[in-house]
Amino acid sequence: MHGDGFFYQAFVYLTAAVVAVPIAKRLGLGSVLGYLLAGIIIGPFVLGLIGEEGQDVMHFAEFGVVMMLFLIGLELQPNLLWRMRSSILGLGGMQVLGTTVIVMGIALMTTDLCWHTSLAIGLTLALSSTAIVLQTLNEKGILKTEGGQNAFSVLLFQDIAVIPILAVLPLLAMEGSDGHHESHLWIDQFSIGVKTFIIISVIVGIVMAGRYLISPVFRQIAKTRLRELFTAAALLLVIGIALLMNQIGLSPALGTFLAGVVLAQSEFRHELESDIEPFKGLLLGLFFIAVGASIDFDLILRNPKLIAILVVGIIAVKFVILFVIGRVFGMKHDSNFMFTFSLAQGGEFAFVLFSFALQNNVMTTDVTNPLIAAVVISMALTPVLMIFNEKLIQPRFGTKEKEEMTADIIEHKKEVIVAGFGRFGSFVGRVLQANGVYATYLDVNPDTVELLRDLGLQVYYGDASRHDLLEAAGAKEAKLLIIAVDEPEKSLQIAKTAQKHFPHLKIFARTTNWFHSFDMMALGIEDFYREYEDSAISLSAGALKELGFRQYQIQKMVKLFRKKDDQMVRHLFHDRQERKVVLRKSRSFFENIEKMMQEEKESFGADKDLGWDASAARAEFAEINRKGEKWENCERKI
Amino acid sequence: MKILVLFGHPAYERSNYNKAMLQGIEQLENVTFRDLYEIYPEMDIDRYAEQEILVAHDCIIFHHPMYWYSAPAIFKEWQDLVLTHGWAYGSKGNALKGKCFFNVLTTGAPRIAFNIGEYQNHTVREFLLPYNQMACLCKMLAFPPFVVHGTHLVEEERLQQAHEDYHAVLKLLAADKYDSEKVMKMDYLNELLEGK
Repeated sequence: MHGDGFFYQAFVYLTAAVVAVPIAKRLGLGSVLGYLLAGIIIGPFVLGLIGEEGQDVMHFAEFGVVMMLFLIGLELQPNLLWRMRSSILGLGGMQVLGTTVIVMGIALMTTDLCWHTSLAIGLTLALSSTAIVLQTLNEKGILKTEGGQNAFSVLLFQDIAVIPILAVLPLLAMEGSDGHHESHLWIDQFSIGVKTFIIISVIVGIVMAGRYLISPVFRQIAKTRLRELFTAAALLLVIGIALLMNQIGLSPALGTFLAGVVLAQSEFRHELESDIEPFKGLLLGLFFIAVGASIDFDLILRNPKLIAILVVGIIAVKFVILFVIGRVFGMKHDSNFMFTFSLAQGGEFAFVLFSFALQNNVMTTDVTNPLIAAVVISMALTPVLMIFNEKLIQPRFGTKEKEEMTADIIEHKKEVIVAGFGRFGSFVGRVLQANGVYATYLDVNPDTVELLRDLGLQVYYGDASRHDLLEAAGAKEAKLLIIAVDEPEKSLQIAKTAQKHFPHLKIFARTTNWFHSFDMMALGIEDFYREYEDSAISLSAGALKELGFRQYQIQKMVKLFRKKDDQMVRHLFHDRQERKVVLRKSRSFFENIEKMMQEEKESFGADKDLGWDASAARAEFAEINRKGEKWENCERKI
Repeated sequence: MKILVLFGHPAYERSNYNKAMLQGIEQLENVTFRDLYEIYPEMDIDRYAEQEILVAHDCIIFHHPMYWYSAPAIFKEWQDLVLTHGWAYGSKGNALKGKCFFNVLTTGAPRIAFNIGEYQNHTVREFLLPYNQMACLCKMLAFPPFVVHGTHLVEEERLQQAHEDYHAVLKLLAADKYDSEKVMKMDYLNELLEGK
């Protein structure tokens, strides 16, 4: 039964992932290698649990790469992308060009292939694996270092370069064969000029829609408060763009990346991130398993020498070129080795390009099959090479590159997250911002978010009691979480989530009443602020002034009141279980505070402000003054 | 000349003499009265506002009780924040140049206690040395202080006397009825009233 087949496959893939990945991670190999090994084990060569359909799965799972680029786009503000332009064009351009030329030269010299085929091979092998490299760099937390950034730039350029490569390949079709690949793209019916126009319009359309259309639509969806609907909309967005890109012959990954960059400034950024993230993770995992399963061990065993030479050749040539370019671009050795080791492999685009080249008669299967096998092996070896670099090469460099140095390229990670950006949270935000502290703000009300963004504040839509959203908002790197939402239930939920998933976060909370404060104290949160305390005290101070009190005295009394009142709440905490006891005790506290304040007022200057009061001294010295007697002597010291 | 009275008393409610001396001070011609603790209850002195007011006057007075041989804390904060280099002192700090400065202060002890060998062992002028030098550094004329001694003894006629003397001195100065040279030689500014 078809349904059973699907569930059977899902069962096999999921089991492989669930078993292999934790083991690989435990052994320090990283998740990518775990997925690849799982793929090899369940593949046709070892257990044979999956067969030829692995190829179809791989095509389907490539969508994970598309989602990954969407997520990367979301992390990249357009101006940051603009700042990276020289490394994208320079590093990426030199890498693609250099590798193509040298690989082509080697192919021409060592084989009897014609220059058309050699050029196609060069172009195809120039590309690296976005999926493996970014996933591995991200997992190791080095994507934002200098080497990681430059690797990302090169990968981005390669993704862009796929478009012209796809356009050039049919022109390389071998003579004598009529390059007859059936055109199934809607856009191919147009002339090149119209095509260009359509492509540019679509790109402009995506940017415009991202700017002006998507946010209002998402706002309406957010208002339904149905989480799954938002997830559905997010998936629809990504899939829609991917389809559109396919129709106009562009890389879907590039299209969604662009959409991601445009939406990086939108208030839904963090929400989109946390909704797409699990799909991306699963699909990428699936993709890696499929890559592992597609390694053709029969072919390898038939030509072990040829495949070995190809694998070593691909890695060595790319390694040397990357290393030289890295040096030219002034990278230090530690960064450069990381950059070089991470990119020295073939990429998943090679599968697409090789099959495209086959269709166009640029190559034959004699050429592509060993190359595909070599590319797959080089991809599988990447995590191993990176571990090799990490364990054996990097320790030789004394000066480790500091992460902060280039951390601002992708985004300046913020130290503070403010949950709830209504009347209270916005005040907090203004005070922080006035002191140069820029925080990440989250709010669940789409209307508030829109209003505040119109005022120029960086507020994001999202429910801070979700740990994935907190994580997307940077909870791992943040130091402080300020809970400023007005519902006590929600605020406690956020506090609990944060404590559970991000124990390093210091929590400051707004509380509405005593019992809310008690609940916070019960969670061990001592930094709670009662919402009306300050404004009520300020108003009372104003009233006292109106009634003729001296300002300075008011200030002192008000400070004292505040201190005593805070002490009272902290005392009452111990009786929080019994409402009656709290009420009874608070009444006597009130009376005590009043009494004490009265005494303070009457003796203002006589108790702790003794220094300002002359009455005690007066009592002693007045008589002497009256009589004009000589004061008690004391010896002159100077 | 225009006189600025900067007054500071953290427990003014309980001060008999200062209350008496300030009675009606705001009605005096050419006298501006500023109660520092009332204006800045949280000590958040507004430097620019203060400087603007200083420039508009010719004579600056620190009016305060003597606390530990000096003025209450807010005066120190005021000095630290308002008298900035390049404005009040230094080669380019000429904003206060030529104005006159003096303290008006009340002490619990009688005048006799402020003598060598007596209870306070120093004269009031000695204790006021930092203010004297502050005025000099700011290129101001340091006038002798106006002092009300023996405030531990609260009697109606003494309170009245303090009020009258203080106001009389302020009026003489405001109306420019004084001789700078003679003033500089006085021990206390109270001597302006001698022989009148």
